[in-house]
Amino acid sequence: MEVAVIKYNAGNVQSVLYALERLGANAILTDDFERISTADKVIFPGQGEASTAMRYLKEKKLDLLIPELKQPFFGVCLGQQLLCEHSEENDTTCLGVFPVKVKRFQPESINEFKVPHVGWNSISDLRSPLFEGLNEDSFVYYVHSYYCELSEHTIASTNYVLDFAALMHKDNFYTMQAHPEKSGLVGERILQNFLNL
Amino acid sequence: MLTKRIIPCLDIKDGRTVKGVNFVQLRDAGDPVELAKIYSDEGADELVFLDITATVDKRKTLADLVTKVAKAINIPFTVGGGISTVEDVKVLLNAGADKISINSAAVKNPEIINQMAQEFGSQCVVVAIDTRNVDGLDFVHTHGGRKPTILQTQAWAKEVCERGAGEILLTSMDHDGTKAGFANEITAEISAMLSIPVIASGGAGNMEHFKDVFTVGKADAALAASIFHFKEIPIPSLKSYLHHQGIPSRI
Repeated sequence: MEVAVIKYNAGNVQSVLYALERLGANAILTDDFERISTADKVIFPGQGEASTAMRYLKEKKLDLLIPELKQPFFGVCLGQQLLCEHSEENDTTCLGVFPVKVKRFQPESINEFKVPHVGWNSISDLRSPLFEGLNEDSFVYYVHSYYCELSEHTIASTNYVLDFAALMHKDNFYTMQAHPEKSGLVGERILQNFLNL
Repeated sequence: MLTKRIIPCLDIKDGRTVKGVNFVQLRDAGDPVELAKIYSDEGADELVFLDITATVDKRKTLADLVTKVAKAINIPFTVGGGISTVEDVKVLLNAGADKISINSAAVKNPEIINQMAQEFGSQCVVVAIDTRNVDGLDFVHTHGGRKPTILQTQAWAKEVCERGAGEILLTSMDHDGTKAGFANEITAEISAMLSIPVIASGGAGNMEHFKDVFTVGKADAALAASIFHFKEIPIPSLKSYLHHQGIPSRI
Protein backbone atom coordinates (compact mmCIF):
# COMPACT_ATOMS: atom_id res chain seq x y z
CA MET A 1 0.00 0.00 0.00
CA GLU A 2 1.31 3.41 -0.94
CA VAL A 3 0.35 6.54 0.99
CA ALA A 4 0.88 9.84 -0.82
CA VAL A 5 1.45 12.82 1.45
CA ILE A 6 0.72 15.93 -0.56
CA LYS A 7 3.74 18.20 -0.76
CA TYR A 8 3.06 21.91 -0.60
CA ASN A 9 4.33 24.87 1.35
CA ALA A 10 2.92 23.69 4.67
CA GLY A 11 4.71 23.15 7.93
CA ASN A 12 4.81 19.95 10.00
CA VAL A 13 4.97 17.64 6.97
CA GLN A 14 8.04 15.92 8.36
CA SER A 15 6.20 14.96 11.56
CA VAL A 16 3.40 13.38 9.52
CA LEU A 17 5.96 11.33 7.58
CA TYR A 18 7.65 10.19 10.81
CA ALA A 19 4.27 9.18 12.28
CA LEU A 20 3.47 7.11 9.18
CA GLU A 21 6.93 5.58 9.39
CA ARG A 22 6.25 4.55 13.01
CA LEU A 23 3.07 2.83 11.80
CA GLY A 24 5.07 0.99 9.16
CA ALA A 25 3.31 2.66 6.24
CA ASN A 26 4.99 3.19 2.90
CA ALA A 27 4.64 6.96 2.62
CA ILE A 28 5.95 9.29 -0.07
CA LEU A 29 5.96 13.08 -0.08
CA THR A 30 4.89 14.27 -3.52
CA ASP A 31 3.13 16.94 -5.56
CA ASP A 32 3.13 14.75 -8.67
CA PHE A 33 -0.37 14.28 -10.17
CA GLU A 34 0.24 10.72 -11.25
CA ARG A 35 1.68 9.58 -7.90
CA ILE A 36 -1.17 11.22 -5.99
CA SER A 37 -3.88 9.88 -8.31
CA THR A 38 -2.65 6.29 -8.15
CA ALA A 39 -1.79 6.18 -4.42
CA ASP A 40 -3.93 3.91 -2.25
CA LYS A 41 -4.40 6.60 0.37
CA VAL A 42 -3.75 10.33 0.33
CA ILE A 43 -2.88 12.55 3.30
CA PHE A 44 -3.18 16.31 3.02
CA PRO A 45 -1.29 17.80 5.98
CA GLY A 46 -0.99 21.44 6.79
CA GLN A 47 -0.10 24.22 9.09
CA GLY A 48 0.14 27.77 7.93
CA GLU A 49 -2.03 30.43 6.40
CA ALA A 50 -5.05 29.62 4.19
CA SER A 51 -4.68 32.10 1.29
CA THR A 52 -0.96 31.37 0.84
CA ALA A 53 -1.66 27.64 0.85
CA MET A 54 -4.51 28.01 -1.69
CA ARG A 55 -2.32 30.11 -3.98
CA TYR A 56 0.32 27.38 -3.94
CA LEU A 57 -2.23 24.63 -4.60
CA LYS A 58 -3.54 26.61 -7.60
CA GLU A 59 -0.05 27.13 -8.99
CA LYS A 60 0.43 23.36 -8.91
CA LYS A 61 -3.15 22.80 -10.15
CA LEU A 62 -3.70 20.62 -7.09
CA ASP A 63 -6.91 22.59 -6.44
CA LEU A 64 -8.41 20.80 -9.43
CA LEU A 65 -7.02 17.37 -8.63
CA ILE A 66 -7.86 17.06 -4.92
CA PRO A 67 -11.70 17.29 -5.11
CA GLU A 68 -11.70 14.67 -7.88
CA LEU A 69 -9.76 12.02 -5.98
CA LYS A 70 -11.62 8.80 -5.17
CA GLN A 71 -9.32 6.95 -2.74
CA PRO A 72 -9.53 7.48 1.05
CA PHE A 73 -8.28 11.02 1.66
CA PHE A 74 -7.31 12.55 5.01
CA GLY A 75 -7.03 16.33 5.46
CA VAL A 76 -5.24 17.36 8.64
CA CYS A 77 -5.34 20.74 10.43
CA LEU A 78 -5.11 23.39 7.71
CA GLY A 79 -5.83 20.47 5.36
CA GLN A 80 -9.28 20.17 6.95
CA GLN A 81 -9.97 23.88 6.58
CA LEU A 82 -8.82 24.00 2.94
CA LEU A 83 -11.33 21.27 2.04
CA CYS A 84 -14.16 23.57 3.18
CA GLU A 85 -15.99 26.20 1.16
CA HIS A 86 -14.57 29.40 2.55
CA SER A 87 -12.22 30.55 5.29
CA GLU A 88 -12.37 33.85 7.17
CA GLU A 89 -8.56 33.74 7.19
CA ASN A 90 -7.81 36.45 4.63
CA ASP A 91 -11.29 35.88 3.08
CA THR A 92 -10.12 32.78 1.21
CA THR A 93 -12.19 30.64 -1.16
CA CYS A 94 -11.19 27.04 -0.46
CA LEU A 95 -11.60 23.71 -2.25
CA GLY A 96 -15.32 23.29 -1.51
CA VAL A 97 -15.43 19.55 -0.83
CA PHE A 98 -17.35 20.21 2.40
CA PRO A 99 -20.17 22.82 2.35
CA VAL A 100 -18.75 24.23 5.58
CA LYS A 101 -17.45 27.63 6.60
CA VAL A 102 -14.19 28.23 8.48
CA LYS A 103 -14.37 30.95 11.11
CA ARG A 104 -12.03 32.59 13.59
CA PHE A 105 -12.48 32.01 17.31
CA GLN A 106 -14.02 35.17 18.77
CA PRO A 107 -14.02 34.74 22.55
CA GLU A 108 -15.64 37.48 24.59
CA SER A 109 -12.82 37.43 27.11
CA ILE A 110 -9.16 36.54 26.64
CA ASN A 111 -9.06 35.61 30.30
CA GLU A 112 -11.23 32.63 29.61
CA PHE A 113 -10.13 31.65 26.10
CA LYS A 114 -6.74 32.29 24.56
CA VAL A 115 -6.41 32.28 20.77
CA PRO A 116 -4.82 30.23 19.27
CA HIS A 117 -6.41 27.19 20.88
CA VAL A 118 -3.21 25.37 21.92
CA GLY A 119 -3.00 22.07 23.76
CA TRP A 120 -4.83 18.85 24.46
CA ASN A 121 -8.60 18.87 24.20
CA SER A 122 -11.15 16.06 24.03
CA ILE A 123 -13.14 14.80 21.06
CA SER A 124 -16.76 13.84 21.72
CA ASP A 125 -19.80 12.29 20.10
CA LEU A 126 -17.56 9.99 18.05
CA ARG A 127 -19.31 8.41 15.08
CA SER A 128 -17.01 6.87 12.45
CA PRO A 129 -14.82 3.80 11.83
CA LEU A 130 -11.91 6.24 12.29
CA PHE A 131 -12.53 5.93 16.05
CA GLU A 132 -12.34 2.15 16.21
CA GLY A 133 -10.78 1.24 19.57
CA LEU A 134 -11.03 4.77 21.00
CA ASN A 135 -13.12 6.03 23.90
CA GLU A 136 -15.41 9.04 24.01
CA ASP A 137 -13.55 12.14 25.15
CA SER A 138 -10.13 10.95 24.01
CA PHE A 139 -7.54 13.72 23.97
CA VAL A 140 -5.89 15.13 20.86
CA TYR A 141 -3.41 17.98 20.35
CA TYR A 142 -4.64 21.24 18.83
CA VAL A 143 -2.93 24.37 17.52
CA HIS A 144 -5.29 26.63 15.58
CA SER A 145 -7.07 29.99 15.52
CA TYR A 146 -9.74 29.09 12.95
CA TYR A 147 -12.34 26.32 13.22
CA CYS A 148 -14.82 24.47 10.98
CA GLU A 149 -18.50 24.90 11.86
CA LEU A 150 -20.56 21.88 12.86
CA SER A 151 -22.47 20.30 9.98
CA GLU A 152 -24.08 17.01 8.95
CA HIS A 153 -20.54 15.91 8.01
CA THR A 154 -19.18 16.32 11.54
CA ILE A 155 -18.11 12.94 12.99
CA ALA A 156 -16.67 14.28 16.27
CA SER A 157 -16.80 17.63 18.00
CA THR A 158 -14.61 19.56 20.43
CA ASN A 159 -15.63 22.38 22.70
CA TYR A 160 -13.50 25.51 22.85
CA VAL A 161 -15.32 28.84 22.97
CA LEU A 162 -18.07 26.83 21.22
CA ASP A 163 -18.62 23.34 19.77
CA PHE A 164 -16.76 22.97 16.47
CA ALA A 165 -16.09 20.17 13.99
CA ALA A 166 -13.12 18.17 15.32
CA LEU A 167 -13.32 15.59 12.53
CA MET A 168 -15.46 15.44 9.40
CA HIS A 169 -16.37 12.84 6.77
CA LYS A 170 -17.99 12.97 3.36
CA ASP A 171 -17.67 10.20 0.75
CA ASN A 172 -13.94 9.32 0.57
CA PHE A 173 -12.88 12.51 2.36
CA TYR A 174 -11.96 12.45 6.07
CA THR A 175 -10.58 15.39 7.99
CA MET A 176 -9.20 16.25 11.41
CA GLN A 177 -8.49 19.68 12.91
CA ALA A 178 -6.07 18.44 15.58
CA HIS A 179 -2.69 16.90 14.78
CA PRO A 180 -2.90 13.08 14.77
CA GLU A 181 0.88 12.92 14.34
CA LYS A 182 1.31 14.75 17.67
CA SER A 183 -1.62 13.26 19.57
CA GLY A 184 0.10 10.35 21.26
CA LEU A 185 -1.48 6.90 21.03
CA VAL A 186 -4.91 8.35 20.23
CA GLY A 187 -3.54 10.12 17.17
CA GLU A 188 -1.65 7.02 16.06
CA ARG A 189 -4.84 4.97 16.37
CA ILE A 190 -6.79 7.43 14.22
CA LEU A 191 -4.05 7.37 11.57
CA GLN A 192 -3.95 3.57 11.72
CA ASN A 193 -7.74 3.39 11.38
CA PHE A 194 -7.53 5.66 8.35
CA LEU A 195 -4.86 3.44 6.81
CA ASN A 196 -7.13 0.43 7.48
CA LEU A 197 -10.09 1.96 5.60
CA MET B 1 -12.26 20.72 27.69
CA LEU B 2 -8.82 22.20 27.05
CA THR B 3 -6.41 20.73 29.58
CA LYS B 4 -3.51 22.30 31.47
CA ARG B 5 -0.18 21.10 30.10
CA ILE B 6 2.67 19.52 32.06
CA ILE B 7 6.04 20.03 30.36
CA PRO B 8 9.32 18.43 31.44
CA CYS B 9 12.39 20.37 30.31
CA LEU B 10 15.60 18.60 29.26
CA ASP B 11 18.90 20.44 29.23
CA ILE B 12 21.08 19.36 26.34
CA LYS B 13 24.81 19.78 25.85
CA ASP B 14 26.60 18.41 22.79
CA GLY B 15 23.59 16.23 22.06
CA ARG B 16 23.41 14.71 25.55
CA THR B 17 21.25 15.45 28.59
CA VAL B 18 23.02 17.23 31.37
CA LYS B 19 22.27 17.58 35.09
CA GLY B 20 22.09 14.28 36.84
CA VAL B 21 19.12 12.40 35.60
CA ASN B 22 18.02 9.72 37.97
CA PHE B 23 16.01 7.17 36.05
CA VAL B 24 16.58 3.55 36.87
CA GLN B 25 14.95 2.37 33.66
CA LEU B 26 17.33 4.41 31.53
CA ARG B 27 19.95 2.30 29.86
CA ASP B 28 21.87 5.41 28.92
CA ALA B 29 21.26 8.27 31.36
CA GLY B 30 22.58 10.82 28.90
CA ASP B 31 20.43 9.86 25.93
CA PRO B 32 17.80 12.56 25.38
CA VAL B 33 15.81 10.38 22.98
CA GLU B 34 15.33 7.62 25.51
CA LEU B 35 14.36 10.08 28.24
CA ALA B 36 11.96 11.87 25.90
CA LYS B 37 10.30 8.57 25.07
CA ILE B 38 9.82 7.74 28.75
CA TYR B 39 8.26 11.14 29.50
CA SER B 40 6.02 10.85 26.49
CA ASP B 41 4.88 7.36 27.54
CA GLU B 42 4.28 8.58 31.10
CA GLY B 43 1.85 11.21 29.92
CA ALA B 44 3.89 14.41 29.58
CA ASP B 45 1.88 16.77 27.37
CA GLU B 46 4.86 18.35 25.65
CA LEU B 47 8.62 18.48 25.99
CA VAL B 48 11.13 21.29 25.90
CA PHE B 49 14.77 20.76 24.93
CA LEU B 50 17.06 23.53 26.04
CA ASP B 51 20.41 23.42 24.29
CA ILE B 52 23.21 24.85 26.38
CA THR B 53 25.95 23.91 23.93
CA ALA B 54 28.35 26.79 23.89
CA THR B 55 30.00 26.42 20.52
CA VAL B 56 28.47 27.14 17.14
CA ASP B 57 30.01 24.15 15.38
CA LYS B 58 28.11 21.81 17.66
CA ARG B 59 24.76 23.13 16.40
CA LYS B 60 24.64 20.39 13.79
CA THR B 61 24.47 17.91 16.66
CA LEU B 62 21.29 19.60 17.84
CA ALA B 63 19.56 19.25 14.46
CA ASP B 64 20.50 15.56 14.36
CA LEU B 65 19.10 15.11 17.84
CA VAL B 66 15.86 16.88 16.88
CA THR B 67 15.41 14.43 14.00
CA LYS B 68 15.92 11.46 16.30
CA VAL B 69 13.45 12.82 18.84
CA ALA B 70 10.85 13.60 16.16
CA LYS B 71 11.11 10.07 14.84
CA ALA B 72 10.73 8.55 18.29
CA ILE B 73 7.97 10.48 20.03
CA ASN B 74 4.37 11.36 19.18
CA ILE B 75 3.82 14.48 21.29
CA PRO B 76 4.85 18.07 20.49
CA PHE B 77 8.24 19.41 21.48
CA THR B 78 9.99 22.76 21.57
CA VAL B 79 13.68 23.41 21.04
CA GLY B 80 15.43 26.42 22.53
CA GLY B 81 18.86 27.75 23.40
CA GLY B 82 21.11 29.90 21.27
CA ILE B 83 18.61 30.33 18.41
CA SER B 84 19.08 33.73 16.84
CA THR B 85 18.30 33.67 13.13
CA VAL B 86 15.47 32.67 10.80
CA GLU B 87 17.90 30.17 9.28
CA ASP B 88 18.47 28.51 12.71
CA VAL B 89 14.71 28.11 13.04
CA LYS B 90 14.31 26.68 9.56
CA VAL B 91 16.92 24.00 10.22
CA LEU B 92 15.28 22.90 13.48
CA LEU B 93 11.70 22.91 12.15
CA ASN B 94 12.76 20.96 9.07
CA ALA B 95 14.46 18.48 11.37
CA GLY B 96 11.09 17.90 13.03
CA ALA B 97 10.76 20.36 15.95
CA ASP B 98 7.21 21.62 16.45
CA LYS B 99 8.18 24.93 18.04
CA ILE B 100 11.33 26.86 18.76
CA SER B 101 11.95 29.16 21.67
CA ILE B 102 14.01 32.33 21.57
CA ASN B 103 15.20 34.44 24.47
CA SER B 104 18.27 36.70 24.36
CA ALA B 105 18.08 37.04 20.58
CA ALA B 106 14.59 38.54 20.87
CA VAL B 107 15.73 41.03 23.50
CA LYS B 108 18.68 42.02 21.35
CA ASN B 109 16.62 42.31 18.17
CA PRO B 110 12.84 42.25 18.78
CA GLU B 111 12.14 42.41 15.03
CA ILE B 112 13.31 38.79 14.81
CA ILE B 113 10.00 37.74 16.45
CA ASN B 114 8.02 39.32 13.60
CA GLN B 115 10.27 37.71 11.01
CA MET B 116 9.98 34.25 12.52
CA ALA B 117 6.21 34.51 13.00
CA GLN B 118 5.77 35.66 9.43
CA GLU B 119 7.98 32.99 7.97
CA PHE B 120 6.82 30.00 10.03
CA GLY B 121 3.60 31.07 11.75
CA SER B 122 3.07 32.24 15.31
CA GLN B 123 2.17 28.74 16.47
CA CYS B 124 5.82 27.66 16.42
CA VAL B 125 7.37 30.77 17.98
CA VAL B 126 7.74 30.60 21.75
CA VAL B 127 9.39 33.61 23.40
CA ALA B 128 11.13 32.73 26.66
CA ILE B 129 11.29 35.52 29.21
CA ASP B 130 13.50 35.30 32.29
CA THR B 131 12.26 37.73 34.90
CA ARG B 132 13.63 38.91 38.23
CA ASN B 133 12.13 41.31 40.75
CA VAL B 134 14.38 44.26 41.50
CA ASP B 135 13.21 46.63 44.22
CA GLY B 136 9.57 45.82 43.62
CA LEU B 137 9.68 45.99 39.83
CA ASP B 138 9.97 43.09 37.40
CA PHE B 139 12.79 43.27 34.87
CA VAL B 140 13.73 40.97 31.98
CA HIS B 141 17.11 39.29 32.45
CA THR B 142 19.24 37.50 29.86
CA HIS B 143 22.16 35.08 29.94
CA GLY B 144 20.47 32.61 32.25
CA GLY B 145 19.11 35.38 34.42
CA ARG B 146 22.51 36.88 35.20
CA LYS B 147 22.31 39.97 33.03
CA PRO B 148 19.65 42.58 33.81
CA THR B 149 18.04 44.62 31.04
CA ILE B 150 16.08 47.84 31.20
CA LEU B 151 12.97 46.08 29.86
CA GLN B 152 10.10 45.75 32.29
CA THR B 153 8.71 42.25 32.14
CA GLN B 154 5.05 43.20 31.70
CA ALA B 155 5.77 45.64 28.88
CA TRP B 156 8.09 43.19 27.14
CA ALA B 157 5.51 40.38 27.37
CA LYS B 158 2.93 42.63 25.75
CA GLU B 159 5.39 43.62 23.01
CA VAL B 160 6.39 40.05 22.10
CA CYS B 161 2.71 39.10 21.92
CA GLU B 162 2.03 42.01 19.56
CA ARG B 163 5.03 41.06 17.45
CA GLY B 164 3.59 37.62 16.83
CA ALA B 165 4.82 35.24 19.53
CA GLY B 166 2.56 32.20 19.83
CA GLU B 167 3.31 31.44 23.47
CA ILE B 168 5.33 32.86 26.32
CA LEU B 169 7.59 30.76 28.52
CA LEU B 170 7.91 32.81 31.69
CA THR B 171 10.69 31.83 34.10
CA SER B 172 10.98 33.55 37.43
CA MET B 173 14.67 33.68 38.28
CA ASP B 174 13.69 34.49 41.88
CA HIS B 175 11.84 31.20 42.15
CA ASP B 176 13.97 28.99 39.88
CA GLY B 177 15.72 26.30 41.90
CA THR B 178 13.99 27.20 45.18
CA LYS B 179 11.32 24.46 45.06
CA ALA B 180 9.14 26.92 46.96
CA GLY B 181 6.46 27.24 44.29
CA PHE B 182 5.95 29.09 41.01
CA ALA B 183 5.82 32.89 40.79
CA ASN B 184 2.03 32.97 40.76
CA GLU B 185 1.59 36.69 41.04
CA ILE B 186 3.48 37.79 37.94
CA THR B 187 2.35 34.73 36.01
CA ALA B 188 -1.30 35.63 36.66
CA GLU B 189 -0.67 39.25 35.82
CA ILE B 190 0.90 38.42 32.46
CA SER B 191 -1.55 35.65 31.61
CA ALA B 192 -4.52 37.96 32.21
CA MET B 193 -2.92 40.67 30.08
CA LEU B 194 -2.27 38.56 27.00
CA SER B 195 -4.33 36.69 24.44
CA ILE B 196 -1.67 33.95 24.03
CA PRO B 197 -0.89 31.01 26.34
CA VAL B 198 1.63 31.41 29.16
CA ILE B 199 3.89 28.56 30.29
CA ALA B 200 5.06 29.06 33.87
CA SER B 201 8.53 27.91 34.89
CA GLY B 202 10.73 28.04 37.97
CA GLY B 203 10.06 26.94 41.53
CA ALA B 204 8.14 23.68 41.27
CA GLY B 205 8.73 21.63 44.43
CA ASN B 206 5.56 19.67 45.04
CA MET B 207 2.26 18.80 43.39
CA GLU B 208 0.35 21.56 45.12
CA HIS B 209 2.61 24.11 43.43
CA PHE B 210 1.26 22.94 40.09
CA LYS B 211 -2.33 23.27 41.26
CA ASP B 212 -1.54 26.79 42.51
CA VAL B 213 0.10 27.94 39.29
CA PHE B 214 -2.93 26.79 37.28
CA THR B 215 -5.50 28.34 39.63
CA VAL B 216 -3.86 31.34 41.32
CA GLY B 217 -1.22 31.82 38.60
CA LYS B 218 -3.70 31.38 35.70
CA ALA B 219 -0.97 29.56 33.72
CA ASP B 220 -1.90 27.51 30.65
CA ALA B 221 1.03 25.15 31.12
CA ALA B 222 3.73 24.47 33.70
CA LEU B 223 7.33 23.50 33.05
CA ALA B 224 9.79 21.84 35.41
CA ALA B 225 13.05 19.93 35.19
CA SER B 226 14.75 18.42 38.22
CA ILE B 227 11.63 17.30 40.11
CA PHE B 228 10.75 15.15 37.10
CA HIS B 229 14.30 14.01 36.36
CA PHE B 230 14.85 12.93 39.95
CA LYS B 231 11.46 11.26 40.14
CA GLU B 232 10.44 13.45 43.05
CA ILE B 233 7.14 13.86 41.29
CA PRO B 234 6.23 11.12 38.81
CA ILE B 235 4.16 12.55 35.97
CA PRO B 236 1.31 10.01 36.26
CA SER B 237 0.86 10.87 39.97
CA LEU B 238 0.91 14.59 39.21
CA LYS B 239 -1.70 14.21 36.45
CA SER B 240 -3.93 12.14 38.68
CA TYR B 241 -3.56 14.62 41.58
CA LEU B 242 -4.46 17.58 39.36
CA HIS B 243 -7.44 15.71 37.96
CA HIS B 244 -8.74 15.06 41.47
CA GLN B 245 -8.20 18.72 42.33
CA GLY B 246 -10.55 19.65 39.51
CA ILE B 247 -7.81 20.91 37.16
CA PRO B 248 -8.51 19.77 33.59
CA SER B 249 -5.76 17.23 32.81
CA ARG B 250 -5.08 14.70 30.10
CA ILE B 251 -4.95 11.33 31.85
